[in-house]
Amino acid sequence: MHRFDIAGRGKLWFLVSLLVILPGLACMFSKGFNFGIDFTGGTIIDLKFDEPVTVAQVRDGLRPFGMDGSTIQLSGNEANVESSQSVMIRTVDMEEAARKEVMAGLRSSVGEYQVMREEKVGAVIGGELILNAVEALVVSWLLIILYVAYRFDWRFGVSAVLALIHDILIVLAVFSFTQRQIDSSFVAALLTIVGYSINDTIVIFDRIRENLKLHFRKGGDIHELVNRSVYQTLRRSLYTVFTVMFTTFALYFFGGETTKDFAFALLVGFASGCYSSIFIASPLWILFRNRSEKKNLPTVVH
Amino acid sequence: MKQLRRDSLIKLIACIVVTIGVFVAFVQPLANSIRQGLDLQGGTHVVLEAEDTPEAQVNDDAMQRVVSIMEKRVNELGLTEPIIQREGERRVIIELPGIKDPDKAIQTIGKTAMLEFKDEEGNTVLTGTDLKDAQAATNQQNGQNVVHLEFSDEGAEKFADLTLKNVGRTIAILLDGEVLTAPNVREPIMGGRAEISGQKTLEEAQQLAVLLRSGALPVKVNIIETRTVGPSLGQDSKDKSEFAFAVGIGAVLLFMLVFYRMSGFIADIALMAYTMMLLFLLKSLDATLTLPGVAGIILSIGMAVDANVLIFEHFKEEFRLGKSLRLAMDAGFNRAFTTIFDSNITTIIAAAVLFFLGSGTIRGFAITLGLGVILSMFTAITLTQYMLKMLIASRLFKNPSVYGVHDLIFAGEEVKKDA
Repeated sequence: MHRFDIAGRGKLWFLVSLLVILPGLACMFSKGFNFGIDFTGGTIIDLKFDEPVTVAQVRDGLRPFGMDGSTIQLSGNEANVESSQSVMIRTVDMEEAARKEVMAGLRSSVGEYQVMREEKVGAVIGGELILNAVEALVVSWLLIILYVAYRFDWRFGVSAVLALIHDILIVLAVFSFTQRQIDSSFVAALLTIVGYSINDTIVIFDRIRENLKLHFRKGGDIHELVNRSVYQTLRRSLYTVFTVMFTTFALYFFGGETTKDFAFALLVGFASGCYSSIFIASPLWILFRNRSEKKNLPTVVH
Repeated sequence: MKQLRRDSLIKLIACIVVTIGVFVAFVQPLANSIRQGLDLQGGTHVVLEAEDTPEAQVNDDAMQRVVSIMEKRVNELGLTEPIIQREGERRVIIELPGIKDPDKAIQTIGKTAMLEFKDEEGNTVLTGTDLKDAQAATNQQNGQNVVHLEFSDEGAEKFADLTLKNVGRTIAILLDGEVLTAPNVREPIMGGRAEISGQKTLEEAQQLAVLLRSGALPVKVNIIETRTVGPSLGQDSKDKSEFAFAVGIGAVLLFMLVFYRMSGFIADIALMAYTMMLLFLLKSLDATLTLPGVAGIILSIGMAVDANVLIFEHFKEEFRLGKSLRLAMDAGFNRAFTTIFDSNITTIIAAAVLFFLGSGTIRGFAITLGLGVILSMFTAITLTQYMLKMLIASRLFKNPSVYGVHDLIFAGEEVKKDA
């Protein structure tokens, strides 16, 4: 059976990814991101309704104003209540006119209330946490390259890490394009993607390593080797991405307002991670290998 | 031979029955008993308000310092993933996830923690700013709970001077104007170290040490409000997410069953055992579960399934090469193990680095992911292997399709050609 040649089309796959990443970077610098109140701060509003209400009621009341992603908490003296008169809402800062509209909307759709407090609140995530996460990530990449260099060789390590940086860039690009909200759980979503991406790539590389032992002795071609390894692990790659996607899809479709963006980030990341293991990491490895083979060629001839 | 078959079958059924039984009986109570973070469960919402005093006026700079000192205190008291947030001009919101005695914790956090060393005339010679470190300890000889103080270089000089001038007299150590202890100076102390005794419990000494390490608040703060709040994700979202999670896991179990038949069923059992072990471990480590932690769990479940898929795929390849079921299983396991090991170690490296270098929510994520991956590897190479061996030894099924060797779409065909 003639197989679709993946390994020989490296340039095409790089181009496809760059077509997302480059406009993505441009978008990140021009439009930036839609940071949630975790990062920007916002307004805290404390309401006391005449009758007990549920979180779902308040969220429905905020939906017409596009504010259903706000943090809505019931409060009182007891934990785990289903409904309460006191509701605490954390939301983005609003213009006076918009604020009046929202407050009137809540009154008509949810019920009569008194405003107990309304004040600006600061960010809960500082740049420090992000910087800290980035530092930790970079350290982990170096260690991963070292480990893979020790178990495989350095070219595998660098390719795998580049593939996972690719995945992070794709997710960031998509979030900049769509202007979906970035909140504190987004950081965790990115880290999850990193964990998945590296794992997925190494499984394919492991297969290449295994096939490598025999392949060149038989005078095989490097593209053929990579294609074979990719196809041998393809079923596993797909099954694994399905598994992680099942739960994430369910969270996206059946989950609530406040976890949608989180699930979305995971979905994009898992898809990208699966793609990059096959279409980016392996061609990158071929690229590095061909480069160093060429460099070594003269010494071989001597 | 017959005896062996029957023994294997009994062992296999015992594994399955015990796992399913334990899972059904304990999964819910165990999951519920794990402490959940503010996002999933809510907690205590406290509002602190700074007050102008003749000594210190409230300003923006002071409030920023209050926030950073509060962060330090809350983190050092081991209250995981709190929210500390400026509110308006002179307030700070502190939200703590479900803890046993919130009032006590809040009382501690809200202290100004102004430390002073005074001589007999009442002159303040040293303050908390002269400290380098403070550690709680129990004195081995008299069983007293103390806080060891270590002064900065400048503080050490001041303290040496203070003790030199006051030999035979008493000096007083005060916290927020109250005398903690008033020892008699017997001889000058030159080493830059001192000790505060008189703490009733070690816990009290530890809290004092935390307060001293985090420094004094620049302004006086009062607790103006304490109440309980629901999950910050919203109770509605939380309920929906729980449902979604159950659907997702159900789909994973079904998927394995459909594609790998009997092997898939064994993988499902292994997955149940894995889930129980992970929950148990999180519970015994007293970890706090938050949404990021749930992401770690989703991924680690994926990897647990992945380990099984790798084993089955290698097994199928070996089987197609013409090996017997048993030999194919052994060879499949050996080959899958290197793959699982290398791919999981890279993920563990990432999780470990995030745990040791990360902060707050990142650590919580790293711990669930790291533990999850280690456990998934453990279940795959112990439980899955054991159950499959028993299944094959029991010779319950002779048709290889029962083990999922049926379709020849991807890998199998290729291997056959090569062979």
